[in-house]
Amino acid sequence: MVEGALWRRWVFFYIPLTAFVVSLLFPFYWMMVTTVRPDSELYRPWNAPNYAPFWTTHPTLVHIRDLLTETLFSTWMLNTMIISIAATAISLFCGLLAGYALSRLKFPFAGSLGTVIFITYLVPQTLLFIPLADIIRNFRLGDTPWALILTYPTFLIPFCTWLMMGYFKSIPKELEECARIDGATRWKAMVYIIFPIAVPGILSAGIFAFTLSWNEFLYALVFLSSPEQKTVPVGVTSELIRGDVFYWGELMAGALLGSIPVAFVYSFFVEHYVASLTGSVKG
Amino acid sequence: MTYTTVASPSVYAGSPKRGPITRLLEDERWLAMTLLLPTVALLGLFIAYPFIEGVRLAVTDAKVGIPGHFVGLQNFEKIWNDDIFHVAVWNTCVYTAVATVFKLVLGLWLALLLNHNFKGKAFTRAFILLPFIIPTVLSTLAWKWMFDPTFSVINWMLFRLGLIHSRINWLGDPNLALISVIIVNVWRGLPFYAISLLAGLQTISPELHEAAAIDGARAWQRFRHVTWPLLLPVTLVIVLFSVIQTFADFQLVYVLTGGGPANATQLFATYAYQLGIGTGLLSEGATISLAVFPVLLLVVIVQLLYIRRVETH
Amino acid sequence: MAEVHIQSLNKKFDEVHAVKDVNLGINDKEFMVLVGPSGCGKTTTLRMVAGLESITSGRILIDDKVINNLPPMDRDIAMVFQNYALYPHMSVYDNMAFGLKMRKFDRADIAKRVQDAAEILGIQELLKRKPRQLSGGQRQRVALGRAIVRHPQVFLFDEPLSNLDAKLRVQMRVELKKLHDRLGTTAIYVTHDQVEAMTLGDRVVVMKDGLVQQVGEPLELYNEPANLFVAGFLGSPAMNFAPVQISETNGALWAGSEGMRIKVPAEIAGRLGRHVRSDVTMGIRPEDLHVASAADPAELGFDAVIEVIEKLGSEILLDVAIGPHTMVASVDPGIRVNVHDCVRLVLNPERLHFFDARSEAVI
Repeated sequence: MVEGALWRRWVFFYIPLTAFVVSLLFPFYWMMVTTVRPDSELYRPWNAPNYAPFWTTHPTLVHIRDLLTETLFSTWMLNTMIISIAATAISLFCGLLAGYALSRLKFPFAGSLGTVIFITYLVPQTLLFIPLADIIRNFRLGDTPWALILTYPTFLIPFCTWLMMGYFKSIPKELEECARIDGATRWKAMVYIIFPIAVPGILSAGIFAFTLSWNEFLYALVFLSSPEQKTVPVGVTSELIRGDVFYWGELMAGALLGSIPVAFVYSFFVEHYVASLTGSVKG
Repeated sequence: MTYTTVASPSVYAGSPKRGPITRLLEDERWLAMTLLLPTVALLGLFIAYPFIEGVRLAVTDAKVGIPGHFVGLQNFEKIWNDDIFHVAVWNTCVYTAVATVFKLVLGLWLALLLNHNFKGKAFTRAFILLPFIIPTVLSTLAWKWMFDPTFSVINWMLFRLGLIHSRINWLGDPNLALISVIIVNVWRGLPFYAISLLAGLQTISPELHEAAAIDGARAWQRFRHVTWPLLLPVTLVIVLFSVIQTFADFQLVYVLTGGGPANATQLFATYAYQLGIGTGLLSEGATISLAVFPVLLLVVIVQLLYIRRVETH
Repeated sequence: MAEVHIQSLNKKFDEVHAVKDVNLGINDKEFMVLVGPSGCGKTTTLRMVAGLESITSGRILIDDKVINNLPPMDRDIAMVFQNYALYPHMSVYDNMAFGLKMRKFDRADIAKRVQDAAEILGIQELLKRKPRQLSGGQRQRVALGRAIVRHPQVFLFDEPLSNLDAKLRVQMRVELKKLHDRLGTTAIYVTHDQVEAMTLGDRVVVMKDGLVQQVGEPLELYNEPANLFVAGFLGSPAMNFAPVQISETNGALWAGSEGMRIKVPAEIAGRLGRHVRSDVTMGIRPEDLHVASAADPAELGFDAVIEVIEKLGSEILLDVAIGPHTMVASVDPGIRVNVHDCVRLVLNPERLHFFDARSEAVI
């Protein structure tokens, strides 16, 4: 419990904490409120006397309906889902194998290779996107989901590898040795013994990778052009603005619905997510 | 019992029949290579190759659809003399520095608050991470709406509190735009700092604080002499990560202002995008992207040196 | 038949020469113990037999086949690890069945073997549990069971009792011995505990710094140690050592140092001839010292001051000082003495050892 006199607790703890929580969550509240507010209420200037922003007396699903029926939003959701799952799967596969090799096998240049992979994690997309756009075009992957499914792993794999390495290091090496004496090949010992034990780590890495994929914007913006191919982040920001007019109702509906899958996954696996965040930092 | 010697030398035992692949993968080195192959291939193809391509582009005068000729360092000269580039560099540095300081201070404060036990702690911790979880572009859109010159809810609140009388054009006023963008960046990154620092705080044994308190140290002194030094390693790692990300930030500014008004919020990444993709000047865009590299290299080297130092402790 | 032959075995880790030219032969059905302080190379040797470490030079044979190039899975051996290495995500049954599954035994066979092994070890009720639900002793048994079901040619043990508490360790020692008697499989057992070595081994190998110090039956090593290290390693409390000078008086050899002068018995005197006027180390075990009575010859005794009295019930240990030396004597529990008393101790001449001061080999 928080100690000290009541006034101290309020001043030094409750008030600051509440302030933080409110300011961190307010934009989401705003997103939700805007989604269900009818247009008539939305477009009142800020200093109009009847501006009552924090709630609405006439909630409506019009914006959501319009979003789903008049735009390609559901297509974007599907695209993003497929791309995120596929990219996550590829990255987990690579990260699992690479993490195992780097943490449990002895071979020349193991250390340097680990460092190199770590460094690639730090290379931001903004450094590579222009030449990558060219390369994607040359491979004729432009404007297809494959452009993203193959490039997202570039920032997902290093992270997955790193996370899995941390997990693997905590598993005693006697387990593989015993399995090998029991009659398993190195490969079988890895797959039947080590991987099952590392499932919590795999879960953490997968969830983080999924969220990162869903969140990605630059590559999706640059590599995809036709509206049917776009992902949710790109679609919502580009297609919902007609001319110079922002349809805020739909925009916020899109933002809200587009966030739900990630929030959903997150809510089930909060502990894992936090573990992978802090694990990646503690290195 | 005595030892009976083996007189005749001996047959080297052979394994039972196993396929060549099985035998190959029994060797530690071959197994390692096989396991690393997919990763190396993917990263090589989509990071190493583009990087080299980027360097090549930067020394040509390629545009979209027109493969260029080698022009040496001409592009670098161009951007060196480009005013907008200067503005972008300045903006990026200010953006990164200010945002990082605020994220660190506020993140630390929040972490210290969260380090107590209180009802609903788990919930609070979970909700706090939302700004970091929700796709940046989508939450940034919400902020854009909140900053809207005509309909801003923030303006409304300030108006009702009696603090302003005329509107604040958060994103349209060149003097305010960078500040607004920094606010959103801090909002977005704060949870990451808070949660990571919280994890760091939790590894500090409470006995250390108790011992310090018995020794007579007050709260601030305890923080300065016990908490902060032990938190420093984690802090450094977080800050280094965050600096790289913030320096190369794109999404936030793209959605909020596109780089304007009048380049007030132009950053490296947005300028590179504008030139390379927007106007199709591939080589010049690539040059700007590449200009980030020295900073990146510096940060990476510092981080590696630091990690090496920590590991040898 | 499963004899293990280790020939000129060497292992180098980068610059560290961990195992130096080890030659050993383990007979069929023999329980061979490798004992020594940590870092002596015993575990590395064991791991090379298992195939977990590569061999720098030398050969390992099982019967007449050289197994250097065989991966562990093809050597038909089983190993019990210090921290049991049970697969945490599998039940006890699956842990024990794993090796058999890898070798493609059919389910009926596996079930039978697992049941048999479980009965021998008394763990039938634990088959469905997971390792984390077991106590240390139970986990140990499961680890043993996992090794037994395979009916291997050779058992390897890597300090399996070290993680158990003292009482359990004694109990398991007895059970291991009974198990070996029952199964009769050749076994190589590594430990740093000399009590385990003495009680479990058919023969014992003492190792230090990568070299074999002595091989032989436990009592042989105890009574006739080949060098200072073996003499001091086996036995608890350890053998007493005192640096002495050999001198000749009237045709007899005397071992003397400050505070004591012992007449060297005739049987040993012959061997000590060359060491007259030189320094040697004298060794006598605590239990071979007793408080002098009138009947004891004077030349086999010395005076000592008692510094500490340790009463163990079955014996009394006297920590005594003779001049600058200290020794421990294990005496009859009925003795009545006090600290700072001066007593006369007599040694058993048949149990006296002398070691060369430089080479530390027994004389």
